[in-house]
Amino acid sequence: MKQLFFSLCVLASLQSTAQRYMTKTGTVDFVATGAIEKIEGSNKSVACLLDSKAGSLDFIIQIKSFVFEKQLMQEHFNENYMESDKFPKASFKGSVTNMTSINMAKDGDYTADVVGKLMIHGVTKDVKSTGKVIVKGGKPVLKSAFSVLLADYGIEIPGAVKDKISKDVKINVHCALDAMK
Amino acid sequence: MALAMTSSCVALKAQTEDLEKLLDAGNKPQKQYVHNAFKSSRVINGHSMEMLGKGVLDFRILHRFGTLSGGYHELFGLDQASMRFGFDYGVSKNFSVGIGRSTFNKEVDGFLKCRIVQQSKGPGSFPVSVLWVSGMTMKTAKESDAVRAKMENRLGYYHQVILGRKFGSAFTLQLSPTLVHRNLVDSMADKNNMVAMGIGGRIKLSNRSALILDTYPFLYGGRSGYNRIPLSIGFDIETGGHVFQLHITNTRGMNEKAFITETTERWRKGDIRIGFNLSRVFTVVKNKEASW
Repeated sequence: MKQLFFSLCVLASLQSTAQRYMTKTGTVDFVATGAIEKIEGSNKSVACLLDSKAGSLDFIIQIKSFVFEKQLMQEHFNENYMESDKFPKASFKGSVTNMTSINMAKDGDYTADVVGKLMIHGVTKDVKSTGKVIVKGGKPVLKSAFSVLLADYGIEIPGAVKDKISKDVKINVHCALDAMK
Repeated sequence: MALAMTSSCVALKAQTEDLEKLLDAGNKPQKQYVHNAFKSSRVINGHSMEMLGKGVLDFRILHRFGTLSGGYHELFGLDQASMRFGFDYGVSKNFSVGIGRSTFNKEVDGFLKCRIVQQSKGPGSFPVSVLWVSGMTMKTAKESDAVRAKMENRLGYYHQVILGRKFGSAFTLQLSPTLVHRNLVDSMADKNNMVAMGIGGRIKLSNRSALILDTYPFLYGGRSGYNRIPLSIGFDIETGGHVFQLHITNTRGMNEKAFITETTERWRKGDIRIGFNLSRVFTVVKNKEASW
């Protein structure tokens, strides 16, 4: 028994050549367009780490890296809504619950069930969503689309602009990960 | 079993800390510029240490009503109004130009504004923002006097250095020594050059409103008994693409030459006016940068 366990451990360590996948240049976009003008931000320096063995999945997003077409909108996003000096990062810490059904060695599209803690504007919430893992040549691309309610994360919309901003913000995630050594 | 769960939890925790560590190892702390020292590129009358972004056009409408001391008969000054409207444009992050026209003396003005250093935090930081502003004014009102009607005698100039610092997130203070030159003055008692030390301050009341102060005590060239210290106090209110500045002031002119050298009314006598500045920005060139 002991020997079996030991050999399993050795085996595990041998096949663990690529169990961690990472990027620092993932993309997270969001759309909060209300009744009047386009409100869209894009962040192309999202950090993401997937451990295919442990099934853990993490994201870290610098709020100040969101880019808007309108500079004033970007300023208001940082200054008035996200308060990026006080809360510089958003993050997700969680896991892929069906990791066993995703085969990193085999090309294909897999559905991933994800649970974890989403932190935005200093407020952490338990979330659950599904995404896609597209494996090609041993590298996964993660894709997901979900929405969050601004009120859940303590982001206030003043009365004067309440028609301009959607209370329900649509978020798109697209991260192409590389295997880590 | 319990042990296995605990260990997997520990593993999960270790993993999440990992990403932060991995990022911290790769990223050196970076210099960060300080933004939003003022809501607008003006304190009230004078220029602020803030710049317009690249490709941003700011349409500004400024109003100064009559004096409150006019009383009920003049509806406390609301019967009369003096105005300036103008366009400012951000050529780049650190360089803006602007033009405007005031009803007071039918004066046209234009300026160049350049940020030499921006206040920053982190490695290689600088504690203050330093800006340079130069402007020119021209009276276009009809003059019956042949000398006064001459082109060169209608002109005035101003040069200004702005030193400003945002302390924490709620308080901003700036000093702006200013030289105003008038090619022709009204009286023998006036000097062609006048120097004033602008003082501008802001206290943030909420994310969208602030208390502001703008004053230009003069150091040289003021005619005693005539020139008074321009002093304005007001609120900044921000709603989406607009900044609305509501204030009370003893100034009537709305360009540097006019409000520094032509303020003759006194707070003490109740010769103060209600005024407002309305700023509406338009994005001409789309933004592509994260550090706005």
